Amino acid sequence: MIDKFVRSAAEAVDGVKDGATVLVGGFGAVGQPLTLIDALIEQGAKDLTIVANNAGVGRVGLARLLDLGRVRKVICSFPRSSDPVVFEELYKAGRIELEIVPQGTLAERLRAAGAGIPAFFTPTAYGTQLADGKEVREIGGRSCVLETALQGDVALVECWKADRWGNLTFRDSGRNFNPVMATAATLTVAQSQHVAELGALDPETVVTPGVYVDRVVHVPYGDP
Amino acid sequence: MNEADAMPGTRPASKPLTRGEMAARAARDIPEGWYVNLGIGMPTLIANYVPFDREVIFHSENGILGMGPQPEPDKINRWLVNAGKQHVTLRPGGCYFHHADSFAMIRGGHLDLCVLGAFQVAENGDIANWATTSESAPAVGGAMDLCVGAKNLWVVMEHTTKAGESKLVRRCSYPLTALGCVTRIYTNLAVLEVTPEGFVVTEMIPGLSFQELQSRTDAPLKLAC
Repeated sequence: MIDKFVRSAAEAVDGVKDGATVLVGGFGAVGQPLTLIDALIEQGAKDLTIVANNAGVGRVGLARLLDLGRVRKVICSFPRSSDPVVFEELYKAGRIELEIVPQGTLAERLRAAGAGIPAFFTPTAYGTQLADGKEVREIGGRSCVLETALQGDVALVECWKADRWGNLTFRDSGRNFNPVMATAATLTVAQSQHVAELGALDPETVVTPGVYVDRVVHVPYGDP
Repeated sequence: MNEADAMPGTRPASKPLTRGEMAARAARDIPEGWYVNLGIGMPTLIANYVPFDREVIFHSENGILGMGPQPEPDKINRWLVNAGKQHVTLRPGGCYFHHADSFAMIRGGHLDLCVLGAFQVAENGDIANWATTSESAPAVGGAMDLCVGAKNLWVVMEHTTKAGESKLVRRCSYPLTALGCVTRIYTNLAVLEVTPEGFVVTEMIPGLSFQELQSRTDAPLKLAC
């Protein structure tokens, strides 16, 4: 019997290695797998590359992982937030690398990784600092920049409902980066608000098919 | 009184528009049926000035079409935020999708309009709106994708900086967001089209002369016929 549920968040993030590239879902705080991030903090992996839209708020979650000196590099589109204190401190002190990626290019680089596309051309960022050093080609009359797929070793995602095969549904704008990150990592771990019996999820509503998901942990923290 | 509530008729002649008035002016020009993305900051206010019965479908980068206004304080859904991470609502007919689909919509040319703020717009349509040299950590968000992907790109911004420097320039001095993509600008002094011949003024606030507008603008202006 297939059962991708694990008993604890610690078990969910077991085996994440030093130097790993970790994809972290969420847009701001919405849809962010906070319990898995906390578990990663406890787990101890260091020298990480974090791929996320933002670089943490306040001193908890992703910001705490940064604060503990466990992150070598952040790849994101928007490191600012309402309270980006930790990231700003590290960045000003030169203690963290930053790769800024246009948000759509970030999403597409992840999608490409999940879809087996090693690189693609896009007009986004042509003629800007973010295209410096990248191959440029004119295609169909538009100047385009070559961008490479962004593959993770681990993806940490948050979902609304999951079944034991790892089929996932999402809630409102909590979907955001989670489904695309789920496709783009060697090990995909989901924290789910609810557990669904196998067959209980309407197949038409499954956003992330279980083929992409390796482990699920049930983390209920209340309905909206 | 909220600045957004100020009535145009109560202003002395030649008083620059407030942020609310600029948003309202841009909102007037958005036709029913358009799919529209509003940038964070002043452009977000535009949604407040599109009447509910003029069906404009607002897109948010984080995976929403048919985004509605802010909820009442007791009806907040903490799973539903806009690109600025503010709580919003979903109109009947609205839907959700993930980030790669959201940006496929943007980059694939499916949105009719994007309205952004900017530090500078150049007479050739170049826009600089994501970084200034003074900032420690740059942050681009979805601006570069929106600029190259939307069918129309409008900018809503003050005509000059607080120091009085023109934001409509011959060439941008700040890092570029995208090249040659701005089609129209709404400032607190005027409405301008970006054309192959440069900035063309189509509207000015009452009491302001073309010469006065030109004197506050770095790039040369033309008056629409």
